[in-house]
Amino acid sequence: MSKKVAFLQGNEAAAHGALYAGCNFFAGYPITPSTEVSEVLSIELPKIGGKFLQMEDEIAAMAAILGASLAGAKVLTSTSGPGLSLKQELVGYGCIAEIPCVVYNVMRGGPSTGMPTGPSQSDVMCAKWGTHGDHPAICLTPASVQETYEEIIRAFNLSEKYRTPVMVMPDEIVAHMRERIVFPEPGEVEVTPRKSPTVPPEQYKPYDTSFGDVPPLAAFGSGYKFHVTGLNKASDGFPTTKANLVQAEEERQVRKVDANIDDIVQFEEYLLDDAEVAVVAYGSTSRSARYAVNVAREQGIKAGLFRIKTFWPFPDKQIKALAGRVKGIVIPEMNLGMCSLELERCAQGKVPVLGIFRVDGEPINPDQILDKIKEVK
Amino acid sequence: MSFDYDKYLRPGKLPHIWCPGCGHGIVMKGLIRAMDTLKLKKEETAIVSGIGCASRLPGYIDCCTLHTAHGRAAAFATGVKMARPEMNVILCGGDGDGTAIGGNHFIHACRRNIDMTYIIMNNYIYGMTGGQFSPCTPTGHKASTTPYGNPDPNFDIAKLAIGAGATFVARGTAFHANQIDKLIVEAIQHKGFSVVEILDDCPTTYGRRNKYKSVIEMMNRLKDVAVPVKAAEKMTAEQLQGKVLTGVLYKEDKPEYIAEYAKVIERAKAAK
Ligand SMILES: Cc1ncc(C[n+]2csc(CCOP(=O)(O)OP(=O)(O)O)c2C)c(N)n1
Ligand code: SF4
Ligand SMILES: [Mg+2]
Repeated sequence: MSKKVAFLQGNEAAAHGALYAGCNFFAGYPITPSTEVSEVLSIELPKIGGKFLQMEDEIAAMAAILGASLAGAKVLTSTSGPGLSLKQELVGYGCIAEIPCVVYNVMRGGPSTGMPTGPSQSDVMCAKWGTHGDHPAICLTPASVQETYEEIIRAFNLSEKYRTPVMVMPDEIVAHMRERIVFPEPGEVEVTPRKSPTVPPEQYKPYDTSFGDVPPLAAFGSGYKFHVTGLNKASDGFPTTKANLVQAEEERQVRKVDANIDDIVQFEEYLLDDAEVAVVAYGSTSRSARYAVNVAREQGIKAGLFRIKTFWPFPDKQIKALAGRVKGIVIPEMNLGMCSLELERCAQGKVPVLGIFRVDGEPINPDQILDKIKEVK
Repeated sequence: MSFDYDKYLRPGKLPHIWCPGCGHGIVMKGLIRAMDTLKLKKEETAIVSGIGCASRLPGYIDCCTLHTAHGRAAAFATGVKMARPEMNVILCGGDGDGTAIGGNHFIHACRRNIDMTYIIMNNYIYGMTGGQFSPCTPTGHKASTTPYGNPDPNFDIAKLAIGAGATFVARGTAFHANQIDKLIVEAIQHKGFSVVEILDDCPTTYGRRNKYKSVIEMMNRLKDVAVPVKAAEKMTAEQLQGKVLTGVLYKEDKPEYIAEYAKVIERAKAAK
């Protein structure tokens, strides 16, 4: 049997990917350029008995998905820049209370209202540093419509597996372009279920580390009673200010992601084996980068592409190895230098990191990247 | 025999954080009695709060309890209830939490009319942070940030709730402790979004600054200003000057949101 094929926009693919992953609850607030996710899910979720809510603002949407997730639902919200800023306090709530959820954020020009319909990649730092306090961060940056579909599913899986919010951040180009997409069959792509408690309700503690760094999460209304708070908490879920407990809990929350980087981080290497110049790129910019690398190769320049799929945690190990092999790194991005800071950190001064930074609402074209590749001596 | 509160309290969580004389504990006892009257199952009841002294209430009750972020209780609760409509969902918090930072969620929760009950403990002040003025601090009164008297006009929470579309609105006081559970019982039984405002006291940060010599004096004030709606019908406008109506202030039968959403699901399935 041939697979189902469609011609979809990135945002539409995100909505369908969420449904494949078992999303049954969505709350959002309209904002360009992400609104199509809401529109598709407002049609599709009720058909499967799921819930679609348009809330009074992005804060409410974030709160609603966290509440629904605690009640056992698989949840998604979608937004863009200004909305992401509003959600941030509660993203932190999701991190400290360890509530699985997926936040889909389409990157448009910013700060503030910026360029609502212009592409950008300037929210990537916000994905990690947007909410206050130490916390884990997982952020995926898809580069095509197909990949947006697949990465949304992976985001749901990671959020359930690690009991933490996960962000998916396409830039506006990926979110709004239309491409052919091939849908996987039901059951073809793994969908990770939530780790539920195995102990009887009287023994249940929501942060019981005897089950590992990711303790099982019961659902409200499933027979388990427990307390959830945004205060620093002990394993029983109740607030604590005991120094040793707070330190241990904070460290565990970050460690549960950091100790599993190899499981989380995905990337693509293209023509890097013998490369002297590595272009590092993500999202739609990586498509121009691939083209530029191909042209460079035709001209006899040994260029290759390292495409970041998982922006956070950052692929430190791979970039450090790369920096030891090439003569220079080129980073095109639609911001004034964000990924480049991470690359410089990983390169540790061993090789130059040359940036191409555009914030004018125009995509970075292959010629610009090719010119930069040629600057590496 | 005296009422056994322990059956709804979490073992080992007392003493509570509230100051001596704080009215929040009186409200908690009222809620527990109401839960008992209605025989609410603990594991099928969610209590959701924001941040503040009042919002610490859920931590003491042995149910599914969710202490959210400042002002966000109504929005979190909306998610819980929509994901599990069979649960009893009760919200609680302070005047600041519900009408300042959470004001937007509050009015929209009233408008949606989801079958939940919201208990607002109105002590006219931000107690937890040390007594800054809230949207409910009466004009002219003192708070740590209105040293010359509060220039802001204050909200009437019950009127706000009615205006925003809540379908059951009641008001009680911490002095009239025996009435609290009865109002909460009626609110929970009501199908739709119900709001119960309890006029409360914060001796520590509000009473002190506003020349109340004791908690008893604050309680006496609540006794003096409260007029049951029935009694008010026989009073003149002059007699009602400076009084606050208590009891069930508003009740209306209106389509409840979850029932309406069930129809959306039916229509969507039919269109498939
Ligand atoms: C986003 C945010 N802003 C401010 C605060 C600080 N804060 C904590 S409690 C509170 C006021 C609580 O007042 P109220 O809701 O009336 O409860 P009360 O303490 O009086 O019972 C404030 C301003 C906070 N926790 N979070
Ligand atoms: S500060 Fe006020 S509101 Fe807070 S516990 Fe003390 S008396 Fe109650
Ligand atoms: Mg208060």
